[in-house]
Amino acid sequence: MARKLLDMRDIVKSYQVGDEEQIILNHIDFTVEENQFVSVLGPSGSGKSTLMNIIGCLDVATSGEYRLAGQLIEDMDQTQLARIRNKEIGFVFQSFQLLNRLSVLENVELPLIYAHISSQNRRKKALEIIERVGLSHRIDYFPNQLSGGQQQRVAIARAVITQPSILLADEPTGALDQSTGRSVLELFKELHREGRTIIMITHDAGIASAAQRIVKLLDGCLFEEEAVNA
Amino acid sequence: MLKEIFRMSWHNITQNKIRSFLTILGILIGVTSIITLITIVQGAIDEIQAKMDSLGSGTVMIQAYGTPLKSGLTNTDIESLLSVNGVLGFSPTISTTIDVWHNGTISEDVAIDGKNEEYYKHGNGTIVMGRGITAYDTENRNRVCVIQLSLAKEWFPGEMVIGKTIMINGASYVIIGVIELDKNSFSYMYSSSDESIMVPYTNVMIISGSSNIPALDLYIDTNGNTEKIGDEIEQKLNEAFNDKDDSYSIIQLDTLIDMIKSMQKMMEYLLIGIASISILVGGIGIMNMMLVSVSERTMEIGLRKALGATPIMIQIQFLAESVVLSLLGGLIGLILGTLLSILGCLAIGVPFALSSTAIILGVGSSALAGIVFGYTPARKASLLNPIDALRRI
Repeated sequence: MARKLLDMRDIVKSYQVGDEEQIILNHIDFTVEENQFVSVLGPSGSGKSTLMNIIGCLDVATSGEYRLAGQLIEDMDQTQLARIRNKEIGFVFQSFQLLNRLSVLENVELPLIYAHISSQNRRKKALEIIERVGLSHRIDYFPNQLSGGQQQRVAIARAVITQPSILLADEPTGALDQSTGRSVLELFKELHREGRTIIMITHDAGIASAAQRIVKLLDGCLFEEEAVNA
Repeated sequence: MLKEIFRMSWHNITQNKIRSFLTILGILIGVTSIITLITIVQGAIDEIQAKMDSLGSGTVMIQAYGTPLKSGLTNTDIESLLSVNGVLGFSPTISTTIDVWHNGTISEDVAIDGKNEEYYKHGNGTIVMGRGITAYDTENRNRVCVIQLSLAKEWFPGEMVIGKTIMINGASYVIIGVIELDKNSFSYMYSSSDESIMVPYTNVMIISGSSNIPALDLYIDTNGNTEKIGDEIEQKLNEAFNDKDDSYSIIQLDTLIDMIKSMQKMMEYLLIGIASISILVGGIGIMNMMLVSVSERTMEIGLRKALGATPIMIQIQFLAESVVLSLLGGLIGLILGTLLSILGCLAIGVPFALSSTAIILGVGSSALAGIVFGYTPARKASLLNPIDALRRI
C-alpha cells in the first residue's frame, strides 16, 4: 500500500463571527497517497481556500488531526509551520506570485535560501529545474517580461525545487487563456508521471478532470468522486 | 543567508533611489553636522591650546610687589615655594640697568637680567652658540654672561663672540653663550629688553644691592593636579607676605587651559545634543518609510512566508534594510562632514584633524537609529499572517 502523505481526520475549521460560530470545514476526512494527482473541486464559498490553507500549513485547524508526511501538524508556532512549508509544500498560485524585482533564476532559487542551501547548490538546482520547465533561455528575464504561461512555469519550477512532498496548486490556470492553461495542466500531468504528488484546487470541473482523482467540496463537506482517468 | 539578506536589502533600497535618498536625508544631515561641528570646534580648541602651550604651560609666573617692609621674595620664601609637591624648579627674574663696556666702547643703561639654569630648560629661547648659565655659575657667582643674538651682532659684528670679555659694574664677565628668545613665549613678553644680557641672578643681586627676588617663574608638573599645586603656591605666597593684599600677582596658564578644555566639553555636549535631535527626526523618517514599505510589500511578505521564511528571517530582512538605509546616511554624512570640516578648518585657519569621537558618534548613532527605528516595522512584517498577506492579491 502506498504511503499516506496527507492524512486528515475529522478536521473542523470554524470562526467566531459575533456571537455565532461559523463552520467553514465540517468534519473532513481526507487522505492523499504518494504519487496521486488529486483535484479538489468546489464552488466559491465552499471552503476551498480554507482547506488549502490548512493543507499548506498556512493555517491550523480548529480541531481534528492532520498529518503531513508523517508529521503531526498541531500546536505548531509560526516558525515551525514555516519550516514545514519550506520542506513539504510547493505552492502554485493563481496569480503566479513571482517577485518582479527578481530574475527568473532568483525567483526559482528563493525557497532554497530559506532552506539554507549554499548559493552554488541553489544555482545548480535552479538551472536544472528551469530547464525541466523549458525556460532555460529566459533565466535572466524578469517576470513582467514573460507571458502568463511562462510565469506560471517559473512558479511551478519554484514550487518543485525543494522536492516537496506535495505540490499544492490553487487555481493554477485561473489567470491563463485556455490553450496556455492546457499546457500548464500538461506540465502537471508530466510532473505526476515523474512521481510527484499533486493537489489541485479549482472551481472548474473541466480543469479538475485533468487529475486522476477528484474530490468535491460543498459547504464545508468533502465527497469522493469516481475515478476518471489515470 | 545574511549575505542574501543584505543583498535583498540593497536591492530594495536601490530600487527606489529618490525615496531612499529622501529617507536618509535626516540621518545624513545629522551625521554631517555632528562631524563638521565637532571637528571644527576641536581644531579651534587645539589651536588655542597649542598657543597656550607655547606660551608656557606648566609655568606659574609670580610677580612679587612686596610690602613696605619686604620688597620681594627671600631665599627662604623660594625654598618654601619649592617645597610644594609638584613644583619642579624655579627661574628668578631680577633685573637692573647699568653701563657696559665692550670692545673699548661703552653702552649706557644696558638691561641686565639675573637668571639661573632652569631658565634654559623651559623653551624660553634657543642657545644659538655656547651654553647657558649653570647651577654651578649661580652658586659660585661666576662672572659669566649670555647675550642676546641681536646684541651680539651689534657689538661684535662678524666676530666670534664666545670667550669675549665685557665689563659690567667694573667687573669683567666672559660671554659663554648667545641666545635667541622665543618671541611667542610669555617670558619674552615680560623680558626687560630686546637687548639684554643674562648673568647668574646671584650676581645681579649684588650689582643691584637687593637681597630679594621681585619675580620668578615656577615650573610645575603638568601631569599632577595643577589646580591644587596653584592653590598651594598661593598659600605659600600668602604666608610669605602675611596675607597682605596686592603683595603679589600670579598667572597660571594651566588653569586657563583647563577652563578652555571644559568649555570645549560643554560645547561638544551641546553640539551632540543638537545633532541627536536631527538623528531622532531622521530615524522617525526611516521608521515611517519602513512602515510604508511593509504595507506595500504585504504580498511579498506573505509569499516569502509561504515559501518557508520564518518570522525571524522576515524581521531580520526588514531590520537589515533599515540599518543599511541609516548606515548609508551615516556614511554619506561622514564623507560630507569630513569635506565640510576640511573647508571649515581652512576657512577659519585652524589645523584639520578628524576626531575619532566624531566618527564613532556619527556612524554609531546612525546604525543605532536604524536598529531602534527599524524594529517596529520589522516586527510588524514578521507578525503578518501569511493568509491575510496572500489574500490581498
